[in-house]
Amino acid sequence: MQLTLGPVLYHWSPEQWRDFHYRIADEAPVDTVVIGEAVCSKRAPFKQDHVPDVVERLQAAGKRVLHASLILVSLPRERRQTRALMEAANEAEVEINDLTCLASLGGRPFAAGPFVNVYNEVTAGFLAGRGATRICLPPELPLTAAATIAAALPEVAIELFAFGRAPLAISARCYHARAHKATKDNCRFVCELDPDGMPVKTLDGDGFLSVNGVQTLAHGCTSLLRDIPAIRRAGLASLRLSPQVCDMVAVARLFRDVADERLDAEEAERRLSEIYPDVPLANGFLHGAAGHVRMGTGPGSLGELR
Amino acid sequence: MELICPAGTPASLEAAVEAGADAIYCGFRDETNARNFPGLNFSREELRKGIAFAHRHGVKVLVAINTFARAGSFELWQAAVDDAAAAGADALILADLATLDYASRRHPDQRLHVSVQAGAANPDAIRFYVEAFGARRVVLPRVLNVMEIATIVRESDCETEVFVFGGLCVMEEGRCSLSSYATGKSPNMNGVCSPASDVAYTERDGRISSTLGGFTINSFGKNELAGYPTLCKGRFATPKGSGYIFEEPVSLDAAVMLPALRDAGVTALKIEGRQRGRAYIAEVVRSFRDILSGLDKGQTASSAGLAAMAEGQTGTVGAYRKSWR
Repeated sequence: MQLTLGPVLYHWSPEQWRDFHYRIADEAPVDTVVIGEAVCSKRAPFKQDHVPDVVERLQAAGKRVLHASLILVSLPRERRQTRALMEAANEAEVEINDLTCLASLGGRPFAAGPFVNVYNEVTAGFLAGRGATRICLPPELPLTAAATIAAALPEVAIELFAFGRAPLAISARCYHARAHKATKDNCRFVCELDPDGMPVKTLDGDGFLSVNGVQTLAHGCTSLLRDIPAIRRAGLASLRLSPQVCDMVAVARLFRDVADERLDAEEAERRLSEIYPDVPLANGFLHGAAGHVRMGTGPGSLGELR
Repeated sequence: MELICPAGTPASLEAAVEAGADAIYCGFRDETNARNFPGLNFSREELRKGIAFAHRHGVKVLVAINTFARAGSFELWQAAVDDAAAAGADALILADLATLDYASRRHPDQRLHVSVQAGAANPDAIRFYVEAFGARRVVLPRVLNVMEIATIVRESDCETEVFVFGGLCVMEEGRCSLSSYATGKSPNMNGVCSPASDVAYTERDGRISSTLGGFTINSFGKNELAGYPTLCKGRFATPKGSGYIFEEPVSLDAAVMLPALRDAGVTALKIEGRQRGRAYIAEVVRSFRDILSGLDKGQTASSAGLAAMAEGQTGTVGAYRKSWR
């Protein structure tokens, strides 16, 4: 089982972003690291200067580096950024998050990120025919569907969103700016005040969602640790860990140890709740249930798959 | 500009035809379309009859097969494509690469429209759908402003269709699993959003709370009308205060934008609401038909001016004005 570190979805300071990846390079047992700005084109210039150093450090540590494209491309500068990224795809590998990219990839190999709608084996096969070598499936997809896709495309590495707050929606409107009584154009980058997302609770005070600029994520944190045996039986190649403000090296080690059967999944989840405290764990999507739910592994659930 | 009107039932289809629609869009009674609500949509036989009726009146019928196919069950979506084509649909409205690829190969002469659920939001994305599948029209997401729409029209070899009235998605369509997170049922997989089956209203301390999947979406005092808990139109609490953090409980009314949309080169105007009754459909269609007739004479309308809006909802032009962001 491979591990992929997803792109940092939040607006971290450039130095924090750089140093985070340096530590991942040096210490985290992940095979692939996706870098770049997928959420908001206004943030992209900040980390640009650090990209070459981060790529070099990650590659020197033996990690495969993928460059993420934007999820929602509508402004002229977003089209330019996206096109430039695709044109550089000869030298650097890209993970596309929108089909906008296909028009300018010209058949070169690529990875498809979790924001490309791959819900079935026919769509996955279409993308494979266009050059997709890896596909991270949408977080809401149940394992039954993922298993069907993986079985149909043994040559493509199929990945599941396994740790982190699941991204749920993207908009042209910035909800961070809106909460601060500003608009997207004059946002003053207020999203940097919430490096782990702005909590959105119900009026009864229950944790529900999390806002990251134009993106909305779950409040609950996905953990597929206890589902790893079923995921392996289903033929999935890779698990994605999405950066949150916590010790991501420790998170990666937990997933590595459970995947290698060196650590019991129950114990690993207990430790995960210490590494990323005060956030409920969830795996409902994988079980075909509501995403916020935490499902067990007993008879009748995924433990019984196949 | 063409007026594209929804029909959730054969009765609504007839009402929309009689009220002056240029085209009707509808779907089969199953999970292949994004308005998969109980008691709604068309059987194969109803679609054949509906198309015949519309064609007798010179009106087109567009069939929406715009959910993402369930893995291992693609034959259900294939059958929908085949049956809609055989019934004489003037176009198929598709979102999934799987259904687009299948339809373009199996029915090369069938006109294909890219559904709003595909989230094609710029000329490069649209170029892909045109080159790969010969798409003839794209329904644009409700997150674009008029300038962006004008750019798309200018740079695309493809007609454009935009929503002008009805429900307003504030998230990019086809990329939203908020409903799925709360209820397990999603627009992309099940063709539903914030489904009624998961809604409850409870009264406590003189206030009425509306919940979705157990999450409180809104809370209303005695003098407030308790609206439907559509997730993105709820009131929530953040460290910066409580309120409608995504969008107020508004619906789209872009009547005032019609001159700008016409000048942008938009081909077709779409009214949302396959889940609405025939009286509503007839009223909205008639109103927009009148506004379009006025537009030809140089008159502009400030709103659709509809009693249908009187559900505690106010109208907005949404993302069409840049300040919305």
